[in-house]
Parts: sequence; structure tokens; C-alpha cells
Amino acid sequence: MNIVVCVKQVPDTAEVKINPETGTLIREGVPSIINPFDLHAIEAGLFLKEKTGGKVAVLTMGPPQAEAALREAIAMGADEGVLLSDRAFAGSDTWATSFTLSKAISKLGADIIICGKQAIDGDTAQVGPETAEFLNIPHISYVRKIEDVADTSIRVHRIMDEGYDIVESALPVLLTVVRELNEPRLPSLKGKMAAKKAVIQKWGQADIVADENDVGLKGSPTQVKNVFAPEARSDRKILQGTPEEQVDALMQELRGIKCL
Amino acid sequence: MPVIINRDKCTGCEECIASCPVSAIEMKDGKAFINEYCEACMTCLNVCPEGAIVEVQKEAPDGADLKAYKGVWIFAEQRGGKISSIAYELLGIGRKLADDRGTNLSAVLFGATEAAAGELIKWGADRVYLCQDQILSQFNDEPYSQLLISLINRHKPEIVLAGATPIGRSFIPRVAAKIRTGLTADCTSLQIDKETGNLLQIRPAFGGNIMATILCPNNRPQMATVRPRVMKRGEYDENRNGEIVTIGADGLSCRTKVLETVKEVSDIAVNLQEANIIVSGGRGLGDPKGFSLVQELAELLGGAVGSSRAAVDAGWIPHRHQVGQTGKTVCPTIYIACGISGAVQHLVGMQSSDIIIAINKNPDAPIFNVATFGIVGDLYEVLPLLIKKLKEAKGI
Repeated sequence: MNIVVCVKQVPDTAEVKINPETGTLIREGVPSIINPFDLHAIEAGLFLKEKTGGKVAVLTMGPPQAEAALREAIAMGADEGVLLSDRAFAGSDTWATSFTLSKAISKLGADIIICGKQAIDGDTAQVGPETAEFLNIPHISYVRKIEDVADTSIRVHRIMDEGYDIVESALPVLLTVVRELNEPRLPSLKGKMAAKKAVIQKWGQADIVADENDVGLKGSPTQVKNVFAPEARSDRKILQGTPEEQVDALMQELRGIKCL
Repeated sequence: MPVIINRDKCTGCEECIASCPVSAIEMKDGKAFINEYCEACMTCLNVCPEGAIVEVQKEAPDGADLKAYKGVWIFAEQRGGKISSIAYELLGIGRKLADDRGTNLSAVLFGATEAAAGELIKWGADRVYLCQDQILSQFNDEPYSQLLISLINRHKPEIVLAGATPIGRSFIPRVAAKIRTGLTADCTSLQIDKETGNLLQIRPAFGGNIMATILCPNNRPQMATVRPRVMKRGEYDENRNGEIVTIGADGLSCRTKVLETVKEVSDIAVNLQEANIIVSGGRGLGDPKGFSLVQELAELLGGAVGSSRAAVDAGWIPHRHQVGQTGKTVCPTIYIACGISGAVQHLVGMQSSDIIIAINKNPDAPIFNVATFGIVGDLYEVLPLLIKKLKEAKGI
């Protein structure tokens, strides 16, 4: 079984702060990590490999530094890493990112492709399903349990609004996975050695035979117009005085609008 | 690069470097340089004191006839034949956008009955495209996306909205990929740009640390998924007339199969989303014991207990209590935030609440920006007092 796991290197958004004066992000000192959901995707890939045999390739698109994410995945047990890096890929939205990944996946060949359900910096959850469409294969989103896998099919649980569905799919298939699915393993000493020695393949636009109009900014239908911090509400009241006075004022206000 | 630096204007002050959320700006020969990390977020444009960072304008693709696309569509999802509440919320915002554009509003409904389609008209749709075929009664990504793609190609709507639900977020991306258009995830506000007529798609970005306005200027339709429980429902009118267009399911294929649908609703999730009053605790509680005060206040008010991500990450309370971007979206009558600073990722989950009461030590905490009533103070002084006075008022 050929398994491809797509990962993204992201800033640890839990560490990002806003400068209240300028409304901009403070990026200084924020570490780059493997998107947390992708760790569960890697674990799922390793689990399936142990079950069925075969190999796990890890794929990422990003700047040269993203190689670190691939080496971390290899330390966990992945067999190889492919880095899609090219200035032509810059400014990709989900359309262009998915298109680029799909070209690389076609080149690698895969029976099962696994992605984290979303990246914590973008939170779109769109790249997995869009990639499946470009590959013309089925996908199942929000997988929280892999029940069974055979040579030509897989059975999983996917989260829905009021519970879950048990879904079977033909292979090849793309899965996007949630944290509940598994507990990602830590890199082993042997894995760390392998990661150090591993040769990471680096592919650019020419290697995946993609048209320049389909990648990067040119291939991206969406544009960011601006970013801003949310505005203050105009009717707000800051209650003054001692704690006792503040609480009394609050009770008064709530009585006034018949909330008590 | 989507953003370029005018080297003549750049003074090498390095202001932009710290502003970049993805470390895409570095210094080369004393001037700023944008590398391939750039995600075109445009944050740096506002930061540069010299105005040396500019956006590269993209040209519209040749032959794109944007004017041929007319009308606003919403995808009305159903589970077990019952229309989901998000459909009525989409009709609310969809009606407004359609009126602003002077066009009509259509709903697309798969795997439900004509009676259900009639309800969508009463809630604001001018037309419903209805496919009653059995293949669509269960949700499978492939037939859903194939049919919506063919409908969009045939009728060319200018805007297509769906719910940011497990269903909408799963299959709508396939539709956008195939049609080659943009899709904006999990929008919390949608407006029409009066000058250009484009759809302004507003959503939290960078893990919910900031808001972003996204455009899809050169491709149609403009597609977005919309966060549930943020938009207000439309007006219900028993006498509203509309057209139901029945469509077939010929040629649809499906390589997945739903074997079983299992209902499983945790009580807390339901309580949170249906509660009239929510009392939430955050990092400012200082330790997990603080939640006993939060709990006491919630019980006194007959409300539910929520929390910020920080409190969940600290292990003080289970994730199912979390309100915000990666937790639940709530809109109670009263939301009381205790020791919650108010990061955007939290605000997007609760700012539609009617009344927001914020209690925080830090007068600059962003939570006070969305608060109806703010108390700057120590919650360990304020909460016991509030509990005492509420008990007195109730005669307990």
C-alpha cells in the first residue's frame, strides 16, 4: 500500500499575539511547528503501513525551511519526504495549493492520502477535499476512527453534526483526520538517525509539470483585501467604582433591561 | 510575489519583519525582501511607515465574462429529510445579499421533499432547485458535488453560500476546485462592496488572532461557507410565493457508501448551544478551582458553563466546554466572560450574544471591545459579590 501524508509547517498560532495599538500580529518569537492535526495524519499513515505493509511518503509545500517538518515526520517513522518548494508557488490559496499537491501526489502514486482536517493558521479545511477532486478520487472528511482496511476498500467513522456516520470507500481515497483518531507517537532514536540521513526530494513547478497559471498567486482565485482587529462595540459601558459598586451597577443594568 | 517592495522607498527600518505572521520578510543588502513564505495576507502593507510595500495587482483572466453570472444561491442541507437550521440562516443573509445586488435568491435542496422546499420559499427563497432522488438522501461527497457543479455550470449564479458544517465544509471545496473558483471558509460576515459589486467575505484568520476580508474578484461564482449560528434567520412569510424546479440525478456516481448513521450528542454541547445564559472562564481564573465559582454562578442563573481555549489547553476543563473558533459557537441572551482576554478566536464563537458581560483585571483586554457591560477588577472579588447579591435578589 502506498500512503502519502500531506503536512504543513505553520506558526504556532496559540503563541501569536496582537499589538493592540496597530492591530497587527506580533510574530516575533513564535515557533514553527508541524500543524497539530497533521501529526495525527502521520500517525494514521504509520498505523496503516503497519497493518498492510507498504510505505509512507510525507509531502509538504512550503519554503526551504519546511524541510524540517519532513525530517520530523521521518523521525516518527515515515519512509521518505518530498518538499514542494518554488518561488512560483508563493501566494497560493487553497485552490492553487490543492492543485499543486495533487500534481505531486499523481507523480508519487498513492492508494491512500491522509491530511489533517485543517491547518491551525488558515483553518479552512479545504485543501484535502479540493485535492481529492483534482485527483478525481473519493474523500472522507473528519475521520475519527479507522475501522478496517482491505486491498480495495476502507471503512471509517466520520464526524457529523449530531454524531457520526460509518462510511466505506473504494481505494484510492483521501482522508482528512481529527485529533480523536489516535495519539501521535514520539520520534524514536532510530527514527531520529534516519531523519538525519534521509535525502529529501525537492520538486519545483517544472518537476510536477504544472502550468504557471495554475500555481501560486496566478492560480489563486481568492485575494486577501485587508486584515483588521475587530472594532469595539459602540454601546458598551465600563462599570466604575469599588467591586461592590460595580456589581450593584451591573445588577441595576440587568434589571433595567429586564434580564433579572 | 503577490507583494513587492519598492526598494527606493524602503529605508531598511525592519518594522515589517516582525509584523509578518509567516516570516516571509527578510533583510537583503539593507532592504526588505519578500521570500516564498509569503501567503499574501497583506498585513505588512499597513505596517510600513514609508508605504514601500505594495500589492501586485492581478489581471482578470482573458475571456472571463463575469456579468453572465447572476443570482444568489444557498445550499440547504438536510439530515434524515429534516432541513438543518443553517439553511434558514443562509436564507437570511442570502436574501440580504440578493436584495443589495438587485437579484433573486435560490436555494438548492438535495434528498428532501417538495414540502421541505416550500418551507425554504416561506423563509425567503424565490426559487428552489430540488432533487428528490434517493442517491442524495444520505450525504456522500461525490454525488452532492457532481450535481451542484452541473447546476452551477448550467445556471451561472454569482454567489453560492453553504454552511460551514461537516457537510458543507466537506463537499463544497470539491465544487470550487472543479469550477475553478475561489472559496472562503467559515465566514462570520458577508457584505456587498458598493463600488465593485464584489462579495466581501470576512472571516477570522491566523488561528483566529485577527479578521481578514477575502475577495474573489476575477472568478465566478464567489463561494463561501458560513459559520453556523452567526447569521440571523430571514423573515418567515406564510404567503410568500416561489418556484420549485425539480431536477433529476442522471449520471451521478458514488464511490463511498454510508453504512450506518449513529446519533451521539453530548449533553454539554447541547446545553451550551441552547443555553440562554452562559458563564465562561478563562486563563484569568488562575487555576482549575476557579471553575467552581463559574459553575456556582451558572447554576444560580440556570445557565451553562463555557470556557476559553486557554483554560482547555491548561487542562482545567474538558474541550467540550470550549467556546470559539475551534470550539462551539454560541449566541445566548447573556454571556458572562470571567478572566477571558478575548482573542479573536474566542470572540468569533460568542460575539453574537445579545448581552456580553466581561470581568477582567486588564482594562486593555480585547474582551471589553465586545462587552455590553465591563467590570475591570479581580474576578475573585467580583464573582462572590455577584453571587451573593443574586442570591439576595432571589431571596435564597
